[in-house]
Amino acid sequence: MKFRNMQELVKLCKEKNIKFSRAMLEYECETSGLSKEEIISRMADKLSVMNVSAERGLKGLKSYSGMTGGNAKLIHDYMLKGDCLTGGVFLDAISLAVAINENNASMGVICATPTAGSCGVVPGVLLALQKSLNKTDDDIIKALFAAGAVGYIIANNAVISGATGGCQAEIGSASAMAAAAAVELKGGSPASCANACAIALKNMLGLSCDPLAGLVEVPCIKRNAAGAANALCAAEMALAGVISYVPCDEVIDSMYRIGISMPLALRETALGGLASSETGKKWKEKLWSVNSNNE
Amino acid sequence: MKYQSVFDIIGPVMVGPSSSHTAGAVRIGLLARKLFGREPERVTIHFYGSFAKTYKGHATDVATLAGLMGLSTFDEGIPKAFDIANDKGIKYSFIEESAIPEHPNTIVIDMYAGDKFSSVKGISLGGGLVEICEVDGFALKLSGESPALLIFHIDTYGTIASVTTLLAEKKINISHMEVSRLEKGRLALMVIETDQSVPDDIFSAILAKPNIERVVRLNL
Repeated sequence: MKFRNMQELVKLCKEKNIKFSRAMLEYECETSGLSKEEIISRMADKLSVMNVSAERGLKGLKSYSGMTGGNAKLIHDYMLKGDCLTGGVFLDAISLAVAINENNASMGVICATPTAGSCGVVPGVLLALQKSLNKTDDDIIKALFAAGAVGYIIANNAVISGATGGCQAEIGSASAMAAAAAVELKGGSPASCANACAIALKNMLGLSCDPLAGLVEVPCIKRNAAGAANALCAAEMALAGVISYVPCDEVIDSMYRIGISMPLALRETALGGLASSETGKKWKEKLWSVNSNNE
Repeated sequence: MKYQSVFDIIGPVMVGPSSSHTAGAVRIGLLARKLFGREPERVTIHFYGSFAKTYKGHATDVATLAGLMGLSTFDEGIPKAFDIANDKGIKYSFIEESAIPEHPNTIVIDMYAGDKFSSVKGISLGGGLVEICEVDGFALKLSGESPALLIFHIDTYGTIASVTTLLAEKKINISHMEVSRLEKGRLALMVIETDQSVPDDIFSAILAKPNIERVVRLNL
């Protein structure tokens, strides 16, 4: 059940008449030697962590550094009032994505998907869709395997760390994972999942990793919301039958080539972009000059 | 394939905010503690490169200290590491080093307890993965992903063979091994990573061999 890239995964799914989630699960069984039940139960644990993380974040948290916090609650309260532009699954997804990433910034327990900085995107989208589509936990666990299959392909053919490939490698990958998982959850075909992945990642190409003071907060937290919104946008297009002109594997390769040719200042070094704005410099000075020794 | 498992992508479960600067630091602290073999009474933690700049906001200091006290990467007690250390009477200090390290995320931990001292250097590779690259002046490469033995011995013929023969007799398979010495004929170090954990009796048998000065066992 081995697959190395998106073309192989889609082909495999078509031949065996299975979905991304099933291909990932069976591959995991083969490589780990664990039973399906054990692997599914491990994924169920990750889902619990995501749920607790979201609940915690929605209550309103201050970040460990003191720089940010409270936005998930703000968005959630606004959504509950009902007087908004979009509402529904859209606002739910972005408030959950922000909640989970605010929990990360406050040193809460999170599940990296695929990284800590992008941990809100996939659960934000999937937990919102669970409510709107009335899905069970088992359905969401399956969707996490589908997201995992996409992340596995991107991580092995490109990169998933901001230090190597910029934000497009973190939030971009997370958004592509969420988009494909959303399509599978709605009953879309493996080819549609691949299109959703390609469209979502294309929309994130070139995104730099330039957070204030080098911390996983500004703009990372709001970008988790952007990644979730973009995933829903790409998933809807793919479900409507929209096809990516550039095949998914070529998009992934493009992301990699853009990533490694990005200047170092824009790859998690806090030397360029937003980090070197006036506000960025102020926070750097404030946060980089404290000492906590007890002797 | 760099990533082998779906749980490398959906996971790890960890305390935020950063897999490299927080979870990685906990792991380096935890491995240093295991190599030291007991809880340190005083620690001096040196941060290099990106760690020296951003350790405060990523809680790299809190995280390293938490690991040194035996907490794992997903322990909810991590944010309270300073309080826990203060209660235990553990002295800690952090030094921002300006020297440019080989790897951007480098930590050196000096541990003291009674008359015992050890210094461990670790690097955080990203995604929570780490590597120990120096112990008490000896260069090595230790991921902490498999059990290992660090055997400090007098640099003389037959010592390495005596240890590997013993492991072979006890059916313990060596997955990786390296040897190094500071000076010919003086102290040397062999690092042996194994597939199986090394039980107490074999550990004691190695320690009893001639020319063996000290053995550090890293079980998972």
